[in-house]
Amino acid sequence: MSPTALSCEEVIERLFDYLDRELDPQEAADVERHLHRCRDCFTRAEFERRLRARVAATGTAKAPPWLYQRIRTLLDRFDGAGPIPPADS
Amino acid sequence: MSLAGPFLSHSRSPPRARCRDATGGTMRFDEAASRRQWFEHRLAPMLDRLYGTALRLTRHPADAEDVVAESVAKAWMQLDRLRDPQRFEGWMFHILTNTYISEWRKRRCRPPPCGNDATEPSELDSDSFTLFQQLHQPFLLWWGSLEEQFFNSLLQEDLERALDALPDAYRVTIVLVEVQGYTYEEVAKLLGVPLGTVRSRLSRARSRLQSALWEQAREAGMVLGEGDGGERR
Repeated sequence: MSPTALSCEEVIERLFDYLDRELDPQEAADVERHLHRCRDCFTRAEFERRLRARVAATGTAKAPPWLYQRIRTLLDRFDGAGPIPPADS
Repeated sequence: MSLAGPFLSHSRSPPRARCRDATGGTMRFDEAASRRQWFEHRLAPMLDRLYGTALRLTRHPADAEDVVAESVAKAWMQLDRLRDPQRFEGWMFHILTNTYISEWRKRRCRPPPCGNDATEPSELDSDSFTLFQQLHQPFLLWWGSLEEQFFNSLLQEDLERALDALPDAYRVTIVLVEVQGYTYEEVAKLLGVPLGTVRSRLSRARSRLQSALWEQAREAGMVLGEGDGGERR
């Protein structure tokens, strides 16, 4: 299948599908080709990519210490095992 | 959500001590303790991300802890079903997601608490707001790069607050896609909704999220428009 030259409007329409990796390889290549030569669309894509990365980073939060203990207590109830060595041992 | 009931009723005998090693061969644990050690050593580095993801899904620390604890218990009981230990992380997150969705569905069947209307999505929700376009309005006054200014000023808690304020259906969809990396099709299956619904919820979620971030930026004096006096604070 030959490459398709997309307009700026078509790229922006597909931008989130592209960032979410929902496009097929040919469509993704068409978007990337446009982004390499269009400064405005590249700037927009980078903005959305950065914001998306910041949203993704909210999926990490310091688990409270009592949650570790709660899990160990829970597992102890299943198998009656003794203390478990720390993860870095 | 409580762990007390169902888990106390399970047998205390450990699950069968068999698993595949990194090369795909079958690995036998000689003792229950080695199986437990294997499990805990792989779980520990993931716990902050499991908890963080659960926190984004539930919005409440106590609920997030319950979801994580219940997911860990399920994983431990179902460890024999894990064919490839290399996939432990994805498998663990899948259990976490299903645990949350299962509880979410139960709660949706109950009458909503008073004052919870703001968490319901509306058919009238717009999906056309874009923060990028707002930041590029010609009358805005900025020092240096627009995007750099915005991202430098955007605090993690601002973003978390904006995410938490989204209606449940929007928040869950955007977390599944942007935090957990599920495909649209996977989200549709997990939530039991059509693919088009996932797309529209995601689009509206992003629009609402960016609108909220824009409002936060304005309230914090990060951006000034023509009507704000014309000078940067």
